[in-house]
Amino acid sequence: MNSSTDTDKAIRAEYVSLGDLFMGFLKMGLCGFGGVAAWAHRIVVEERRWLNDREFADLLSLGSVLPGPNIVNVSVMVGDRFQGAIGSVAALSGLMAAPLAILLGMATLYDRYGGLPLVQAAIDGVAAAAAGLVIGTALKMGRRLRPTRVAILIGCLAFLGAGLLQWPLVWVVIGLAPASVILTVWESRR
Amino acid sequence: MNSSLLGQLAITFAALSLVAIGGANAVVPELHRQVVTIQGWMTDGTFAHLFAIAQTAPGPNVLVVSLIGWHLAGWSGLAVATLAMCLPSCLLTFTFSRIRARLGGATWLKVLQAALVPIAIGLMAASGLVMARATDSSLLHIALTAGTAAMVYFTRRNPLWALAVGAACGVSAYYLGI
Repeated sequence: MNSSTDTDKAIRAEYVSLGDLFMGFLKMGLCGFGGVAAWAHRIVVEERRWLNDREFADLLSLGSVLPGPNIVNVSVMVGDRFQGAIGSVAALSGLMAAPLAILLGMATLYDRYGGLPLVQAAIDGVAAAAAGLVIGTALKMGRRLRPTRVAILIGCLAFLGAGLLQWPLVWVVIGLAPASVILTVWESRR
Repeated sequence: MNSSLLGQLAITFAALSLVAIGGANAVVPELHRQVVTIQGWMTDGTFAHLFAIAQTAPGPNVLVVSLIGWHLAGWSGLAVATLAMCLPSCLLTFTFSRIRARLGGATWLKVLQAALVPIAIGLMAASGLVMARATDSSLLHIALTAGTAAMVYFTRRNPLWALAVGAACGVSAYYLGI
């Protein structure tokens, strides 16, 4: 490999083992309170140097276009890049292991004490705040996007169909995705 | 173990997996529709509680599906729900990233992203609405939802604070008998 002249490769790790993949994504899962994506960049690009900035941005945008959580898709692709299919499994299980364990601990506590009125009141409060968290995040993402008129229209239609009218998600997505692609292309060519 | 329930879980979540544009926060309306409205597997309250627990834990929010599976059918429910929700979309991603090189430049990806991100955001807002409907039974809870949304929108504070405030408000309201 004549990578000594290639600056792109010079900053990157050449070999990433299954164990590296598992541990890297394990850390990501553990740190990822309230947003794994920021940690994904920190660990994959800055800390371990598995990918450079451009490669990471590319995987993340592909991950956000495909169904499923971005970060899960990124773990599958990063794992595959270094160790093939087994690498994907290692990265994905690393990502899920810690959060699943923590979640099960919390769920067990909920099963045991969830019936107590005090606990009920506390979780009701958390649930109300969590709903606000999702709404606030959606609004913030919308603002950051600086949407075009087509984007606003499509976003509102998705909200209307899935949220207000409670239509099946499959139909909302199958109906809106092609329409959105066509309108986006049309808008950019005008 | 009730195998027909497990089968239904698998089919329901596998189908969801393939339309989850923008991840788990996009599928809450459909999750709610399937789990509460159509199948009647749990009440609005329990659904909201499981979602709240999943939000408090670290990691991808898709784990709310694992929790639902666990609540309905224990360990096997957890395994079936998690796999059904992850496997289809992961296989798609895997295949896609492998044929990626043959698909050529990045233009189509940019177009696709520009077209899909607004849908993901709209679905996320819909998720928030469905959650709020399931949980906001009093003025206090409506205020908590609105306050948290405003905090997230206007500040860069860690959202875990808002969840902690929510718990504290719930507990104080209980003691004050509101």
